[in-house]
Amino acid sequence: MNAIYLDHAATSPMHPKVIEEMTKCMHDQYGNPSSVHSFGRKSRQILDRARLVAAQSIGANEKDIVFTSGGTEADNLAILGVANESTKGKHIITTKIEHHAVLHTTEYLEKHGYRVTYLDVDEDGLVSVEELKRALTDDTILVTVMMVNNETGVIQPIREIGELLRDHPAVFHSDAVQAYGMLPINVQELGVDLLTVSSHKINGPKGLGFLYSHPNVRLNPRQFGGEQERKRRPGTENVAGIAGFTEAIKLAQAERELRYEMYLHYNQTFIHVLKEEGVHFEINGNDSPRVPTITNISFPGTNVEQLLTNFDLSGVAASSGSACTAGSVEPSHVLSAMFTENSACTTNSIRFSFGLANNEENILEAARRVAQIVKRLTTN
Amino acid sequence: MKRPEDTRVVVGMSGGVDSSVTALLLKQQGYDVVGIFMKNWDDTDETGFCTATEDFDDVVRVCNQLDIPYYAVNFEKQYWDKVFTYFLDEYKAGRTPNPDVMCNKEIKFKAFLEHALSLGADYVATGHYAQIRRIGDRVEMLRGVDDNKDQTYFLNQLSEEVLEKVMFPLGHLPKSEVRRIATENGLATATKKDSTGICFIGERNFKEFLSEYLPAQPGKIMTLSGEVKGEHDGLMYYTIGQRQGLGIGGAGGPWFVVGKNLQENVLYVGADYHNDALYSDGLLATDLNWINEAPIEAFHCTAKFRYRQKDSGVTVYPNTDGTVKVVFDDSERAITPGQAVVFYQNEVCLGGGTINEIIKNDKFLDYVG
Repeated sequence: MNAIYLDHAATSPMHPKVIEEMTKCMHDQYGNPSSVHSFGRKSRQILDRARLVAAQSIGANEKDIVFTSGGTEADNLAILGVANESTKGKHIITTKIEHHAVLHTTEYLEKHGYRVTYLDVDEDGLVSVEELKRALTDDTILVTVMMVNNETGVIQPIREIGELLRDHPAVFHSDAVQAYGMLPINVQELGVDLLTVSSHKINGPKGLGFLYSHPNVRLNPRQFGGEQERKRRPGTENVAGIAGFTEAIKLAQAERELRYEMYLHYNQTFIHVLKEEGVHFEINGNDSPRVPTITNISFPGTNVEQLLTNFDLSGVAASSGSACTAGSVEPSHVLSAMFTENSACTTNSIRFSFGLANNEENILEAARRVAQIVKRLTTN
Repeated sequence: MKRPEDTRVVVGMSGGVDSSVTALLLKQQGYDVVGIFMKNWDDTDETGFCTATEDFDDVVRVCNQLDIPYYAVNFEKQYWDKVFTYFLDEYKAGRTPNPDVMCNKEIKFKAFLEHALSLGADYVATGHYAQIRRIGDRVEMLRGVDDNKDQTYFLNQLSEEVLEKVMFPLGHLPKSEVRRIATENGLATATKKDSTGICFIGERNFKEFLSEYLPAQPGKIMTLSGEVKGEHDGLMYYTIGQRQGLGIGGAGGPWFVVGKNLQENVLYVGADYHNDALYSDGLLATDLNWINEAPIEAFHCTAKFRYRQKDSGVTVYPNTDGTVKVVFDDSERAITPGQAVVFYQNEVCLGGGTINEIIKNDKFLDYVG
């Protein structure tokens, strides 16, 4: 039985053109971009071009792009980099639905004398700008709110928060890992000072990402070594990976609207089949603006482990979008924030995420398999 | 009978060598093998270390070596409600519970079995040292061939209905052979140390562990004739027949625990290993499970009163309320309330129950708690 991949929010397959670019680069360019010879310069050219492509994709300046090992490092660098540099205060505002790359970093800071406010979300998975406004103090140095939640796909009011913070000295960071490639992003218009992007979520290679950092933001580096990335992130660059990432960005930019429509169609088709098959389900965050790539579905009368295992054994790869300990699934912190910890939704919801590995046919097939399993588990 | 490749066997994998070899053997026999790790207890410490995480990592490595899918399932809540609560309740009642028996009954061969069946399993398999004999529609449980490893004692609460869906691929192997197979096949767990003790306590100090959950009430240590011999730390820390850890020496010893008085919070001791107070000639068992048919009249068989003990001859007298009176051929030492009594007819395990009362001279002993 052929396995169908519905977990693009976890990671996505590399685009063939990305692989092509990377292979070419690995064959031809092995120079160190920092070297003062022709080999180095050729690699440096790849790097410069990448920086330009990345910057243009979010309306930023090349100098404001810091390549990292991925979204996690970019989040860490943003939060720790601002906190350690700031002498203005010790207060940070974030939300209860952030990725653990953010939450575990702020928890770490809490142990080191920082005060962190974790904003609630409503049942639709939305952060309240009003609540954020009330939480702001003169002591607030950083606000970090994700652009799109990785479990529900709910789009957060980043523009409004950016607007609110224009008159406040706090630095505004947004993890845009799940938004990038689906939503148009312009950091100037959004009023975002720091922005996290990951490569492998947009069909690029794993182990790469970038942090946009506004020129006025002072970032304390987390690593020490050479002069790379203007000392904000030293270490010899992953040139081949960056070449692939560049291609992935270019494709994502060129095809953004096309992909948006296509994935929306997959999403709707998937939901339509479940309805047609008479499956009892609810979409978490259904009333909020969402990206089409992610849908989070609660199946009453089931549980996550039973569902995911059955799905996998029937060739459907999905996830609960939540943390695993010893391989078993803990209730999702995102859904707990939306529906309270004791809600059945936190233990019976599955994230399906669509992308490059999908086509109309395998979406239909996957939906049928899912429907069959859910019906079998709920009729016994 | 389905062909092996169409037969899905879900293996309960602990990350130990036994369940690893179980999965290996089934895979070699051509079954559709799925490995599942049960997380029943969270022992994450301050440094973030958790035994379950380490064990699951071993499950992952072995399953990848065998190229079989692996998953985990969380039964912490069920384990707490069904096994740990029972465990604490028994200690509170001054008895010596057997959480492994309860874990097999309620978790491994109930919650886990149900989970496996919901995944389309035809069978579940574990690395227990026991054998299953299928004769027509009849399913019997036999001792494992490795006498030193036989685990039917812990499996005495399984029903025939459950055993129909169970495989014990190691039952016909000696432990040394299991290790050898693991080594020969280069399994990641081949040299991993066997786990010892009760799973949720692990290598920790038992007394310390129990004191986190039950308040300890120190009291007097006395002989049955009322002579005070010292102080105990709390009745729950002692079991019948125990010698170590009493902290009393002096003349007349060595001293052994012979009983408990819960109301007065007194621990009774008696001198000498063969103290007469430790000996009894029968018991009353409750919570009986008969794997095949329940007896309707008295019969003679052999029994074990604790794990890894040699069998003793007994006569079982069924009572109308489902309990049984068990009369020993020869008097037995240190029969302990709360432990399991398990019955055998030669190699076949008949079932078992919980030791509830100790009988001597046709009377229940009142000093054993």
